[in-house]
Amino acid sequence: MATPRTDVREPAVDDATARTLHERMLLIRRAEERLIVACADGSLPGGVHLYIGEEAVAVGACSVLTDRDYITSTHRGHGHFLAKGGDLDAMFAEIWGKATGICKGMGGSMHVADVSKGILGANGIVGAGFAIATGAAWGARLEGEGRVATCFFGDGAANQGSFMESMNVSAAWELPTVFLCENNGVSEFTVTSTVTGGVLADRARAFMPVEVVDGNDVLAVRAAVGAAVERARAGGGPSYVEATTYRIRGHLEAEQHMLGGGTYRSADEIAAWQADDRDPVLRSARRLLDAGICDAAELERIDADVRARVEAAVAFAEAGPAADPELAPQLMFGPTA
Amino acid sequence: MARKRLITAINEALVEELERDPKLIVFGEDVELAIMGDTRGLVERFGRDRIRNSPICEQTLTGMAVGLASAGYRVVLHLMFNNFIYTGMDAIGNQMAKLRLMTGGQMELPITVVAGYGGGNSNAAQHSDTAYSVLMNLGGIQVAVPTNSADAKGLFKTAVRGATPTFFLEAAGRGGEMGEVPDGEHLVPFGRATVAREGTDVTVVAIGRMLKPTLRAAKALADDSISAEVIDPRTLVPFDEETVLASVARTGRLVVVDEARDRCSAASQIAAVVADRGFDSLRAPVRRVTVPDVALPYASNAEAALIPGPERIAEAVRSVTEKQFA
Ligand SMILES: Cc1ncc(C[n+]2csc(CCOP(=O)(O)OP(=O)(O)O)c2C)c(N)n1
Repeated sequence: MATPRTDVREPAVDDATARTLHERMLLIRRAEERLIVACADGSLPGGVHLYIGEEAVAVGACSVLTDRDYITSTHRGHGHFLAKGGDLDAMFAEIWGKATGICKGMGGSMHVADVSKGILGANGIVGAGFAIATGAAWGARLEGEGRVATCFFGDGAANQGSFMESMNVSAAWELPTVFLCENNGVSEFTVTSTVTGGVLADRARAFMPVEVVDGNDVLAVRAAVGAAVERARAGGGPSYVEATTYRIRGHLEAEQHMLGGGTYRSADEIAAWQADDRDPVLRSARRLLDAGICDAAELERIDADVRARVEAAVAFAEAGPAADPELAPQLMFGPTA
Repeated sequence: MARKRLITAINEALVEELERDPKLIVFGEDVELAIMGDTRGLVERFGRDRIRNSPICEQTLTGMAVGLASAGYRVVLHLMFNNFIYTGMDAIGNQMAKLRLMTGGQMELPITVVAGYGGGNSNAAQHSDTAYSVLMNLGGIQVAVPTNSADAKGLFKTAVRGATPTFFLEAAGRGGEMGEVPDGEHLVPFGRATVAREGTDVTVVAIGRMLKPTLRAAKALADDSISAEVIDPRTLVPFDEETVLASVARTGRLVVVDEARDRCSAASQIAAVVADRGFDSLRAPVRRVTVPDVALPYASNAEAALIPGPERIAEAVRSVTEKQFA
């Protein structure tokens, strides 16, 4: 794993932005904490891959994007969806398998998408986003309106051949693609370094500008992705940003049933990443306090508001009608010309 | 004899074959901690030279299986979910399926690819396919779809010892059913179907995961005095045409139950075989009970409505027993 740079310039953000970034991260955190409960009590039809601990990557990156920019997401996509402005109610309804879900209950947790907001979808095929983002970036470039396509992907996905192929096309055609690696060190139950040759960032260096940042620092991510996006909008081609972070929960909820008593990381390691000075949400809360942007009471109020929004989303999801089985055949083909 | 889960039976077959043949290699994503359960404990026992976690790179994994086999090894490649064959398709469709012929028979490819298949767990469209019909069309690929622990062990051993690329598809989720497994050496030949339930009025071929709901339907039909003979093909390539044709010769009726999408499904192939070779026996149209031509949705109610269940199967059987050609 490459060491994050500490000298990346952090452009000052105004107080309102700092507060918004914090709220967004907290929304993802509290929403997913609620999913832990829902999963454990059997409310959800399928499994969930949680993003807890990685919120600063999605929020920092999406804070420099607009609805007109594209993102491709992964199997761990709730954070990307919410950070890009996806609706929490519609996401929960989707995860609950309801007709009111953002994909009408057809996609579920692993496939949340809102094309109207440029969210081209969470994807169950690891590495599928490289080429999709590259294609979207090509469209953006043809259109010439300065849109960009950001591809979120994991360190594990970076071993798919399409990573190289997509970086090559993006570089050769000077496409506005931002390759954003969420390097959490693991791929399912495999420590990624045990199956990875060389340094990931060096692969990208052959094609494009590279920045490795502390992925648990929302401002650092925002600055690095911001520079990449600015370059892409201006016609400067693709960039690679690697955000060093950590997945706090299992690969998917209830992974212990699949591990059969085995382990791939220690409890100490997990605890270390949850410390006050490492957890992205706690760090941002501390920064707001230290900068005098919020006092403790206001932070609590923000948290209470977020929790209320999450509970409202649960109520919305629960109240929704079941998905419509008749819909599946109708959705398979588009209208004929 | 002992009762074991399907996954445990495969694990046992793996252990025995790894002991038997030092040139057998097992690799794939997360085979060490055994995300699907079937490879559990192997790395501790046989070491990392032979049991190895791979990077996530299916295109290369399937290609490496070809290369490793051509270098004189026996290969078990674990692909986790059968949807990932699409990710690794070139080496499957263009290499594994063709190299034996292209090299004039020089290249033996003792490759067994293991993957889970099927829906019913709200895993959504990219983790729920039943992809054997794709594989069946490639030519030089064998396909096994074991339905019980004993067959899983026996078919697995046969696959591993063979010289033809074989896809061994296991019913995804929760380690499979429990069942008796014979102790010691137990091999099940390919291309040999079994009669899972005897009957006289209608032949029902039930593929893989569809056997269980079909047997349930057969039981319910028996209460209505309809006697269904249920056949488990066990392997789709090669396929035991004779057992099916002999049964249809007695019953005069055929229903095929398949979790693959209807169009070009295994059921379509089996129906075509009986139309070609058993037409004179037929007293009613052949019915296929399949998943409609859709990707499986996530929501469990929507998914359940699309996957054949006992009611739909029984309804199809009734419809052919009511019908009779003049
Ligand atoms: C093509 C493909 N191969 C394998 C899998 C199974 N799988 C799901 S997630 C995962 C690990 C992904 O690791 P990484 O890209 O680092 O993302 P993370 O889970 O750490 O967020 C694997 C192997 C898959 N879904 N798709």
